[in-house]
Amino acid sequence: MSDEASGVQATIKVNDFHAYPDAQGRFGNFGGVFMPETLMPPLQELTAAYLQLREDPEFIAEFERDLKHYVGRPSPIYHAERLSRETGGAQILLKREDLNHTGAHKINNTIGQALVARRMGKRRIIAETGAGQHGVATATVCARFGLDCVVYMGAVDIERQKINVYRMKLLGAEVVPVVSGSQTLKDALNEAMRDWVTNVADTFYIIGTVAGPHPYPMMVRDFNAVVGREARAQMLAQFGRLPHVLTACVGGGSNAIGLFHAFLNDREVAIVGAEAAGEGMASGRHAASLSAGRPGVLHGNRTYVLCDDHGQIVETHSISAGLDYPGVGPEHAFLKDSGRASYVGVSDEEAMSAFHLLARTEGILAALESSHAVAQAIKLARDLPKDQLILCNLSGRGDKDVHTIAAREGIAL
Amino acid sequence: MSCRIEKRFAELRARQRKGLIPFITAGDPLPNASVAIMHALVDYGADLIELGVPYSDPVADGPTIQHSSERAIARGVGIEQILGWVREFRERDVDTPIVLMGYLNPLEIYGYRRFATEARDAGVDGVLLVDLPVEESATIADLREAGLRQIFLVAPTTTAQRLAAIREQAQGFIYYVSFAGITGADQLDPVAVRQRVARIKQGSDIPVAVGFGVRDAASAVAVAERADAVVIGSALVARLATTADREAALVAVGGFLAPIRKALDSTSGPQRRAAL
Ligand SMILES: Cc1ncc(COP(=O)(O)O)c(C=O)c1O
Repeated sequence: MSDEASGVQATIKVNDFHAYPDAQGRFGNFGGVFMPETLMPPLQELTAAYLQLREDPEFIAEFERDLKHYVGRPSPIYHAERLSRETGGAQILLKREDLNHTGAHKINNTIGQALVARRMGKRRIIAETGAGQHGVATATVCARFGLDCVVYMGAVDIERQKINVYRMKLLGAEVVPVVSGSQTLKDALNEAMRDWVTNVADTFYIIGTVAGPHPYPMMVRDFNAVVGREARAQMLAQFGRLPHVLTACVGGGSNAIGLFHAFLNDREVAIVGAEAAGEGMASGRHAASLSAGRPGVLHGNRTYVLCDDHGQIVETHSISAGLDYPGVGPEHAFLKDSGRASYVGVSDEEAMSAFHLLARTEGILAALESSHAVAQAIKLARDLPKDQLILCNLSGRGDKDVHTIAAREGIAL
Repeated sequence: MSCRIEKRFAELRARQRKGLIPFITAGDPLPNASVAIMHALVDYGADLIELGVPYSDPVADGPTIQHSSERAIARGVGIEQILGWVREFRERDVDTPIVLMGYLNPLEIYGYRRFATEARDAGVDGVLLVDLPVEESATIADLREAGLRQIFLVAPTTTAQRLAAIREQAQGFIYYVSFAGITGADQLDPVAVRQRVARIKQGSDIPVAVGFGVRDAASAVAVAERADAVVIGSALVARLATTADREAALVAVGGFLAPIRKALDSTSGPQRRAAL
């Protein structure tokens, strides 16, 4: 295995990776609560409510019931044999989050947060979305629970994810175009925060990834951690062993931490996150915060961010709207610095090739985000013997991306 | 040097005068006009200046200050340049306190230790960092050590317990955010503000400035009754944004600030300010 992928050069000694975050929401040097005063009391209220609910058997049962009967969990682990053979190395296994209701892992989190909102008596839900998957997942649970739903989405993303915009509208959500800044995910997050600060009394903000201020990185992780818990048990049941490597794409990092978390204390399992290298790391047109960023403060937490020397957050580039984010969840920043996980860039081009290869060898259209993870799995597999197992999180399905892919390949639909 | 803020509020109290605190984004509308605008602000009645450090993702700001920040960023305005302007301003004005207002990331990237000494030496008196709540204030320990005052926000949502924690750490003055919302919004409720300000001042003598939603003489007078000072941001920034050059900007400052100064002086204390 390459040094890059083995990720064993620990710089911080950690005994139990499941002990994070601390009470202040810190993952080592990262995380925390860097928010305007107006939002501090509601965040503390949310933290208190959530800490109680996560220990509440009734709440947990309610969550698990919905994951089973509404989302369709557990999602299978599928051995992509033809893809593995084509690659000529280790065996590639796919955790099929694409088979969830609404087509991605995002629904695990929105169900959880909607249940928290309901318990807290909040009837108006706001969310930000990039690819539209989190927006759809939020609109879906709002329809299911009878809650009002407003989704903020960058004007650029609205253009490249038209199908999801329409899906949200069909589900009864209001989609608000965001025209400030780079008009992508980070600006949608800013605008959602501005809504929240204005309507704080009756509004619950469902953040779509493991970013934002404490308790969001912890809460969103907890709701997605079902992915890794299931996968760990499935690996032992189906294959009699844990995988050698885990890989997942990292935008904000929710599907990745969802898969990784249950395995963090299994030190023999290597962990590799795939960030969007866009047009290539050297081009500067990418969204690889961990690979090319530096520690800073964005959207309420300290993490790796892509910014210039003046501290201004820079525009990012990725073919996949869901990875187009200049920050990353603080727990990933911590995993990187502690040496437990490594993070590498996967370009638009590589993701596209992986998309096609998976489609033709396995009959699966992956989301462009997830295609980055597939590309990374293929790269890892090439360097590993045939009897090794790579578990790749197939975080979502590609239906939403068909137009983008066609346009990129010069095909008019 | 670093007690300009305390000194200024003591003077205001002694003269029973309400403080007027204009906010401008450093480097907007024109980088070469910032120092001249700061002097004009003082000439037309400012008691303290809030100088905005532009940031790309200002989550607590409405469109006016967002756009103003974007313009400044597009011209490459950064901390180094801003400190240069403060230094230049201090050549002619050693009394008016200057508070840098903004978000954490530009300081984080600049480096807190470096910022602390350079800002103090340039003549900055304090900082107000919108996304730095009292829980995380240790982040800027270097600044406090250098003598820079840390100004905290209090909001309508702030609980009694938080208020106590904030008062314990607050320096210079407390900035009361008049409503739950973003800068430039039109949600001001002067009665509610007066009640809240009275509560903040109960059992404490730290001065309180009220900001958000103050846009003209009438709204300034309405919130100033209980407060020590009023902050005017978006309305001034919007007015400056319409000016084409430096001369026009200076005229706009006078046209905007003088009536507010006059209105504040005619309702507060015996010490009427001499006509300019
Ligand atoms: C299918 C899919 N995978 C991954 C992501 C990236 O988000 P995260 O890194 O939080 O998993 C998205 C975001 O929209 C997505 O839709």
